Amino acid sequence: MADEIRWEIAVDLDVVQARQSAREQAALAGFSAGDQTVIAAAVSEIARNILMYARRGTVTLRIDENADRRGLVVIARDDGPGIADVPRAMQDGFSTSGGLGVGLPGSRRLMDEFEVVSQPGRGTTVTMKKWKRNG
Amino acid sequence: MEVPILKQGFYLIASIQSALTDEDLSQLREALVERVGRLRARGVIVDVTALDVMDSFAVRTLRDLAHMTRLRGAETVIVGIQPEVAFAMVQLGLTLKGVATALDLEEGLAFLDLSGRERNRRG
Repeated sequence: MADEIRWEIAVDLDVVQARQSAREQAALAGFSAGDQTVIAAAVSEIARNILMYARRGTVTLRIDENADRRGLVVIARDDGPGIADVPRAMQDGFSTSGGLGVGLPGSRRLMDEFEVVSQPGRGTTVTMKKWKRNG
Repeated sequence: MEVPILKQGFYLIASIQSALTDEDLSQLREALVERVGRLRARGVIVDVTALDVMDSFAVRTLRDLAHMTRLRGAETVIVGIQPEVAFAMVQLGLTLKGVATALDLEEGLAFLDLSGRERNRRG
């Protein structure tokens, strides 16, 4: 794959395109069908959060490789209002948008690594990674 | 992308053919809730076999659709959730509580026939 692929997220169709692209990249990188779905679901939630809270932002996909394993890295970035209480936003069922409150905690369960960096007024960056299982 | 809705007997069948945007899903919900009345349907089947992801918005919209059609007198069954999709839904914490599901179209039709008979017996 190219070094990285970046999707602008501004309308609902972008969410569909970002998750389909994530699935394609996961397939190219050799992830199982199950993991492709898991990655696509996490990207869908994270891209949806951008739309809901920040209205626009980007989702970047990249393959990370080291000596013994390969992973897909997803970075969702926006300049929206930010998250005042990140630990609380990571709790199941907590939502300030009237949503189901599964976006962040659910995506964290789906991925292997998950990090949220946010400050009120400074936007939000979510970085998540899935490692390809061997065998 | 509009989802075709077929009428078969007392049932409406909506077969999702490809990935849907939020707007498409909302339109499907509204179309089915409206058609239950106009076509006097008693059951609705939404076939999601072609969906390769069900995220929180999709699940919430399908759940709302099922509850709305029930308020209009028609039972809804979601059929065709793929195994990987079910796995990802559970990991995300998404449930279809209070919504009937069946393996495929055939099982969905059988479910509606059965629940219709039970309704008649009670009625």
